[in-house]
Amino acid sequence: MSTAAALQVEGLHKAFGKLEVLRGIDLTVGEHEVVCLIGASGSGKSTLLRCVNLLEPIQAGRITVGGSEITARNVDVDAIRRRIGIVFQSFNLFPHMSVLENVTLGPRKALRRPRREAEAEAAALLQRFGLADKRTEFPDRLSGGQQQRVAIVRALAMQPELLLLDEVTSALDPELVAEVLDVIRELAAGGMTMVIATHEMGFARDIASRICFLEAGAILEEGPPQQIFSAPREERTQQFLQRIVDAGRL
Amino acid sequence: MAVVVVIVTRSPGWEAFKAYFLDGQIYRNSFPEILNAFWLNVKLFCVAEMFILPAALFVAVLRSLPGPVFFPLRALAIVYADLFRGIPTILVISILGFGMPALGLSWMPSSQFFWAVVALVLVYTAYVSEVYRSGIESVHPSQEAAARSLGLSRGQSLRFVILPQAVRRVIPPLLNDFIGLQKDTALVGTLGVVEAFKQAQIDQSATFNGTPYLVAATLFVLITIPLARFTDWLIARDRKRHQAGRLA
Repeated sequence: MSTAAALQVEGLHKAFGKLEVLRGIDLTVGEHEVVCLIGASGSGKSTLLRCVNLLEPIQAGRITVGGSEITARNVDVDAIRRRIGIVFQSFNLFPHMSVLENVTLGPRKALRRPRREAEAEAAALLQRFGLADKRTEFPDRLSGGQQQRVAIVRALAMQPELLLLDEVTSALDPELVAEVLDVIRELAAGGMTMVIATHEMGFARDIASRICFLEAGAILEEGPPQQIFSAPREERTQQFLQRIVDAGRL
Repeated sequence: MAVVVVIVTRSPGWEAFKAYFLDGQIYRNSFPEILNAFWLNVKLFCVAEMFILPAALFVAVLRSLPGPVFFPLRALAIVYADLFRGIPTILVISILGFGMPALGLSWMPSSQFFWAVVALVLVYTAYVSEVYRSGIESVHPSQEAAARSLGLSRGQSLRFVILPQAVRRVIPPLLNDFIGLQKDTALVGTLGVVEAFKQAQIDQSATFNGTPYLVAATLFVLITIPLARFTDWLIARDRKRHQAGRLA
């Protein structure tokens, strides 16, 4: 059915100095698939996403997006990043720009779209995610949940073929988490291919087509959510999930 | 303040001091001439600042270039900043103002105004580039990551995301250097260029009275105050825009 995988990671190694953070990651994500990465802090979830967006140089391995290798020499990294959206834990909105300017910066400068077109599309996206009245606000006037939704809209405005979400609810107050998760549910329902690093296990169970459990820089176990959450094969996965259950988070 | 006033006015030399520095008649007489010369200071300041602001930004950007490829450019920028922040301004002005015309190269401008501007630009670009650099470094790396993740090039990230935030943050220290430059235009008098301080010196030797210096001091203060208020206004406007948020 699918021609080429939306994302294929092979033998990815990443180290910060002597500290090995990723030790041979292999991961294939099909089109319209939603893959959730779970695992303890420091297991390499965020680093994996940053590597896929070429924000981190890697030591070994290959990453292919939509059939073209992005880790090849002499690739145009800017052109690749235009095809891959990423949303960060701490939003990283541009504080000196209004919401509309935040969302249109990429389309206007990276895609060289005319301002009017970019603004019309941004306005439609903001409308769709209930942010129409925030267009002229600056980020510091918005709640965390609103800021994170703007950040998602900013990534969507580039019409990415792959969206990476890096613990996008971890910096939010508990009562603001739902509005952000709803946005992601809507995207999943719309067929967006996503790789999501998350600590929201209930959410991961609902939304994921596949769960990958990371441990010490490697994917220890992967499978459909029902299997991972109810019958994990690996002992480490069981221990991790037990701790989550004990903490009342699942 | 009151204590200082009492100590000074009760001092044994106060009458002599008053006669030497606070002569109302001489103040009024020398004021027009010194004001006239002061326009040269203003001109020096404006012309120099026009070059300093972009040049300093350029030097700061050079210093923030990453990776080993740009090491020579970074090193060049560092050597330049160290050198011109280290040499006293008056020496740079003297060396360029007297030295360059003395070379006798016909294609080289011999105007001392020209060399005075060059000297001030060289010195103050070094200072101001450090101010810009601190601003650039104060912008969190996650801002660049966000910009690059949208597919913006390094240059575009710098121009649309990093620099606008950096420059806003350094406006107050930038103003400090503006004021410093405005005052240092008085050093150009050593070249024989008749600016406010030089004119005050001329008047002083003509009248054997120091009041003309007070005239020059008044003028320098008068131009500093609006500059300071203007910056306050800029900062307040920026803050308001962010806090009020909604502008149509």
